[in-house]
Amino acid sequence: MTVAVRRLTSPLIAWVRLGSPLIALTAWGGGAAAQAPIVVASKPFAESYLLAELFAQTLEAAGFAVDRRLGLGATEIAFGALRTGAIDVYPEYTGTGLLVLLGEPADPDPRAVFRRVAETFAERWDAHWLAPLGFENAYAMAVRRETADRYDLRTLTDLGRASPELTAGFTPDFIGRADGQPALARVYGFRPRAVRTLLQAVKYPALAEGSVDVIDGYSTDGLIARYDLVVLEDDRGIFPPYEAAALVGARLWREHPEAVVALGRLSGRLDEGRMREWNRRVEVDREPVGEVARDVLRDVGLVTRGGAAPGERPAPGGVARFLWEQRGPTLPLLARHVFLVAVSLTAATLVAVPLGLALERWRAGAEGTIRAVGLLQTIPGIALLAFMLPIVGIGVAPALVALFLYSLYPIVRNTYSGIRDAAPDAVRAAEALGMSPGQLLRHVRLPLAAPVIMAGVRTAGVINVGTATLAAFIGAGGLGDPIVAGLALSDGRMVLAGAIPAAALALAVDLGLGAVERVVRPHGM
Amino acid sequence: MTPNAAPALSAEQVVKRYGPVPALAGVSVSVPAGECLALVGESGSGKTTLLRCFNRLVTPDEGRVSVEGESVATTDPVALRRRIGYVQQEGGLLPHWTVLRNVALVPWLLRQTDGDALARQALDLVGLPADVFGARHPAKLSGGQRQRVAIARAIAAHPRVLLMDEPFGALDAITRGELQHAFAGLRRRIGATLVLVTHDLREAFLLADRVAVLRAGRLEQVDTPAALRATPATPYVRQLLDTAEVA
Repeated sequence: MTVAVRRLTSPLIAWVRLGSPLIALTAWGGGAAAQAPIVVASKPFAESYLLAELFAQTLEAAGFAVDRRLGLGATEIAFGALRTGAIDVYPEYTGTGLLVLLGEPADPDPRAVFRRVAETFAERWDAHWLAPLGFENAYAMAVRRETADRYDLRTLTDLGRASPELTAGFTPDFIGRADGQPALARVYGFRPRAVRTLLQAVKYPALAEGSVDVIDGYSTDGLIARYDLVVLEDDRGIFPPYEAAALVGARLWREHPEAVVALGRLSGRLDEGRMREWNRRVEVDREPVGEVARDVLRDVGLVTRGGAAPGERPAPGGVARFLWEQRGPTLPLLARHVFLVAVSLTAATLVAVPLGLALERWRAGAEGTIRAVGLLQTIPGIALLAFMLPIVGIGVAPALVALFLYSLYPIVRNTYSGIRDAAPDAVRAAEALGMSPGQLLRHVRLPLAAPVIMAGVRTAGVINVGTATLAAFIGAGGLGDPIVAGLALSDGRMVLAGAIPAAALALAVDLGLGAVERVVRPHGM
Repeated sequence: MTPNAAPALSAEQVVKRYGPVPALAGVSVSVPAGECLALVGESGSGKTTLLRCFNRLVTPDEGRVSVEGESVATTDPVALRRRIGYVQQEGGLLPHWTVLRNVALVPWLLRQTDGDALARQALDLVGLPADVFGARHPAKLSGGQRQRVAIARAIAAHPRVLLMDEPFGALDAITRGELQHAFAGLRRRIGATLVLVTHDLREAFLLADRVAVLRAGRLEQVDTPAALRATPATPYVRQLLDTAEVA
């Protein structure tokens, strides 16, 4: 990883690019890495990116090679990747470990929570919590300043009293967890006029523009300051404190104790106030995560040398200009995206067309089989990826498998009905005149069904381009990387830097496969 | 019609059931070489099923079907079909092939090298010169022209047996009349043994040497048009003759 690349690009994009397995393979011959690099991962939100970058730079300062896999789907995917050895370390919160991963009830005592997760994870999964980094990140109910003034809100008790007047915008996570909305209702009598489900990336803008009146934030969110929000005091102490810590996998724990020691030096060094300030630099000021992390390490006295070039802020300007400036890092992401789509679509075509042909000969089982393939379509992408994680790990392989599975249905369906419905009179006559089944297939049924089959491939291709953006959640790269990172870092232009090329690619795939469809359409039709 | 010659086609006690209802309930009929036999009856009488037994598109449950003295049950069906001409009601042309290629289909399947010449001859016979029509696709033809091409395709390889399933049934009355008369002339020139399925007794009387009347999977009567007219064997045949106004 060179400084030049970092200066040109958002560090995040550069990491993913350089960390991508294909390029890693080509770099392998150089003998640069005598040992496998330590894989550092994060979940897809700003603080997680920053903490992971702190881990990575700390390890690099201690002389280790590091492979960054940032923005992995969600808790289940990140932890699944750790448990199966696909990654070595990522930042996690003790409360999340207790409630989400262990499924145990909340506990107000942070020391008890840490003890519990540390012991249980080591015993059950050979996963190891290092001592907490030093700050707590709890749920923080946030309102606009004018709302706080109008209803005289200071504490959650005040919020409960005023709640019938308010609309809440909560993450699905908060709505569902026992220590979330249900606790708020039970203890503070929180009965809002309505609750809207909002994703992480949109809850702050939604609050700021007045679509909702109260959201569930985290106490260290940098955006609280940006939007001049008021965090209400949890006066009866219902939100358990979540302590951030490094969660280390078995391989690193055993094979590189000196790396674990290096990471351990971060324990207790961070505090909530400064964390909020650093998060603000990432989320609000859009400073590159790598530079903020470098400053953090210097501030806490862990790295003395280096210090790096002064932060190069992204230049202000229109989206078009930003896209143009990003063309360097975008091209390899586009290439990776095309690779994912092309390989999965080709494989799906090679499987689905013969399957469709076979089903045409076995019509009794056809509808049932096609419906079963269609069911795959209804599994949410993230769920499918999480499900496959223990089998194929993270990275390109599971992304290809998922995209392959998603592509099957339109192709099987169109092949089956295309072959079945292709000029039945002509097929019957050709059979009556002595065409063998093979000749019928090759000279009559396939040519007549080709446009319909190709339309299925085309549909699958266009869907595939969109679905492939989810590959970013499992570290497979592609145009989803800037989308996921942009959402996590509240950077709309970065989202567009992935979304616009993805849309253009979808259009290109549609036009290209549409042209193929016209070519395979037989004359005389 | 030489009664002593071995029949070109024969069916003996043929039974075919689709579910509980027999489509053919024990039918025996034979066709001497060169004769044209018409199978007449209403929908569901079993006439098409019987026709399709001869080129094994239908396999009988019981009975024996033979073509030129050979049991079809023991003949390779694909090879059998290649030496039997076949015309169906409509839509039988391959839409993505030109007229010439459609007509040359069976010679091509038989790996005959003069397929093109055979196809041109056949097209001339049906009155559609290949120079004008050969390069067109079926969609560019009228319904009557398409049926002429279908007939040309069936006779291009000079089969000794020709099966026709309501070949003029989908045409308008004027075109049908034209084609029936054209085919009556053509029939003499190709000299094949012919089985013609039709629900039109007038067509049967015009084109066939003998007429077999089927009803609910059974044979009511097989005779020449003249004999049929003179002595209808059953009230059903009588009624059929009256309705068709050919008596």
